[in-house]
Amino acid sequence: MANETTKAEIKPVETVTVKVDGSRVEVPKTTPDWQGNPIPTTILQACKMVGKEIPHYCYHPKLPVAGNCRMCLVEVGMPAMGRDRKPILNQDGTPKIQKGVLPYDPSLPRGAIACATPVAPNMEIHTDSDNTKMMREGILESLLINHPLDCTICDQAGECKLQEYSMEHGQAKSQFVETKVSKPKQVDLGPRIMLDDERCVLCTRCIRFTRDVAHDDALGIVNRGSYNTIAAYPGSKFDNNYTLNTVDLCPVGALTSKDFRFQMRVWFMKETESICTSCSTGCNIKVGSRENKVYRYEPRDNDAVNASWMCDEGRLNYKWVHREDRLKECLIRNHNSESRSVEWVTIIQELSERLSKCEKGSVAILASARASNEELYLIKLLADHFEAITDCVPRKGEGDDFLVQSDKNPNSNGARAIGIAFSEMGIQIPEIDEGISEGRIKTLLSFGENITRVGMNDELLAKLDLLVVSDILGSHAADKADFLLPGCAHLEKRGSFVNEKGRVQKFMKAVEAPGKARPDWEWLRELVVHVTNEKPADTLPGLFNEMSANNAAFGGIQWKDLGSLGTDIKI
Amino acid sequence: MIIKRNPLTWFEKLYIPALIGGFKVTLSHFFKKKVTMQYPEEKWTVPEGYRGAPYLVKDEKDRTKCVSCQLCEFVCPPKAIKITPPGPEVNAERGNIEKEPEQFEINMLRCIFCGYCQEVCPEEAIFLQKDYSLTGESREEMIYDKTTLLELGGVKESNIKKWDKKAADAKAQQSH
Repeated sequence: MANETTKAEIKPVETVTVKVDGSRVEVPKTTPDWQGNPIPTTILQACKMVGKEIPHYCYHPKLPVAGNCRMCLVEVGMPAMGRDRKPILNQDGTPKIQKGVLPYDPSLPRGAIACATPVAPNMEIHTDSDNTKMMREGILESLLINHPLDCTICDQAGECKLQEYSMEHGQAKSQFVETKVSKPKQVDLGPRIMLDDERCVLCTRCIRFTRDVAHDDALGIVNRGSYNTIAAYPGSKFDNNYTLNTVDLCPVGALTSKDFRFQMRVWFMKETESICTSCSTGCNIKVGSRENKVYRYEPRDNDAVNASWMCDEGRLNYKWVHREDRLKECLIRNHNSESRSVEWVTIIQELSERLSKCEKGSVAILASARASNEELYLIKLLADHFEAITDCVPRKGEGDDFLVQSDKNPNSNGARAIGIAFSEMGIQIPEIDEGISEGRIKTLLSFGENITRVGMNDELLAKLDLLVVSDILGSHAADKADFLLPGCAHLEKRGSFVNEKGRVQKFMKAVEAPGKARPDWEWLRELVVHVTNEKPADTLPGLFNEMSANNAAFGGIQWKDLGSLGTDIKI
Repeated sequence: MIIKRNPLTWFEKLYIPALIGGFKVTLSHFFKKKVTMQYPEEKWTVPEGYRGAPYLVKDEKDRTKCVSCQLCEFVCPPKAIKITPPGPEVNAERGNIEKEPEQFEINMLRCIFCGYCQEVCPEEAIFLQKDYSLTGESREEMIYDKTTLLELGGVKESNIKKWDKKAADAKAQQSH
């Protein structure tokens, strides 16, 4: 009996043998579709498995199949069947293959769309034959008939599938001599999207995304024939929180982001793998930057977190990084409120001298759940040294049932796992307030938070002997601080976050920090070395490994285990 | 190998014949047409196709031809060109040519007059013209901005009027 159950468990995957470009390959009979349900493997999926790319516009692995662009047409042959429903054999015993031909002109091939045709046993797929090439040329010619070819002013140039396939599979010259159909340009589809109807190839990816993934059936095709245009339903705007994903999906330059429109050509941009910090989902992103300026966020594929999508709110939340009121100086303020700008060496030295005079138990630390795990670990070392009371500032907002979480801190679970914050974030803040007003707490260290926003007023802060503030943007608390240390945005340093579901993900550095601002973990480590007698690792991966080893929740994972997609821990 | 040197003859030792020969050449040139120029008062007119400094040109309707596609910036080997794209605001004056650079700078100290920018330009908006001697008193002065480049570049007519044709086509179809 036991033997039988094990046999049932390791049921072999049913396979189908097909011939791709002359070589026999075995592919699974079923493959997950866009929702993960098993469907018969399609030609496109089978070819992808054996490393043959088939050009396509309307097909997208995360969207339902439409099969309308015809770009993925391939020449296909099927074993010929006799009247007895048995394959007809050639003289050498191999099955006779019958290629698809047009019924009215058998000299012309009849292709099959690879995205929607399931593979069948002994099917022959030709991804590179003359007939396949001819069909591709024809499809591209038809797509380009009314395409305006204004690549010079099109934002998609450089990442445009029409450009790429025209170069790879198209004809060098156009035979079209008639006048192109002119369609509206600069159509205002919604608050963040501008549509250029002339460039559209009517693949309907945007329509399917907003209907089936974002569940807001806002777009459709109107008018007939050559006058087909994408439009929002009359009287409604295309304004849900996921509209900008359609700009990524659009294989051509029809849907453009108003935010990124005419800002920078895509080929200049450096792409850095990072994490969105706008909520605790931690969507994987690519940061597009050039010469220390961030131009855009784009979602990065990660099926465990955000699939291929991200919300508009998070995507457009990068401009604060270049704000004018970024803190750029290390400031020390004396009791007359006169401040002097000093070097990092000086401020770390003077601050650690002041801190080493602090009594145990008289220190409170307010950290930020927007800080990385490594920074929180160093803060925890400081907190343990002073036996300090710690907490983070909660940030609640509205969530939805797709990607957005109501917890707007990207690293709440990291702060909890490291022991800076507790199940209910912010529960210690009233206690810190009380401690200060009663004079028990003499020193307050605030990292990355504007403490005046959580109810600590001037009167309360005046009771402190020492107020140390580190932040990215200027604030009222920063103006009051005895020691002010300029920190870095997540785009300017490396680190890791733990998201809502307990996935540890890392982010990489995209741009340089302005002025004297330095990655927080660097100077926090110097501070820890000066104040306590401990010597934490001096590299970021080292710090992560040390943090992981000292916090059971991380289960001993290493920096190198994170990869680019992160890894799950139990929270 | 040892080359045998003949000693000078008596006639050669006189030197006077050689001197006279030299003076003859000098004197003959005195009466010939001059081949030198009084640079910089006089300047050399360069032939057609000469690759001098790159300037931006306008079309016959006084529009900036450049659409800020930044291909020249990409191709420029010494990275002398810097273009600031216009951003998302719609400029109604430009009509169907939606883009125009907000700023276009060429650092003439870096420029090597290779002509790649002219070759790559899909709009025929930048041409290497006939200036070969650019001077300035500071490095900043040698970074030519959009206004300067357009002033120096002048107008260049072209037979291909693709944007006007597109606009005309669109207008003709509107009346249907």
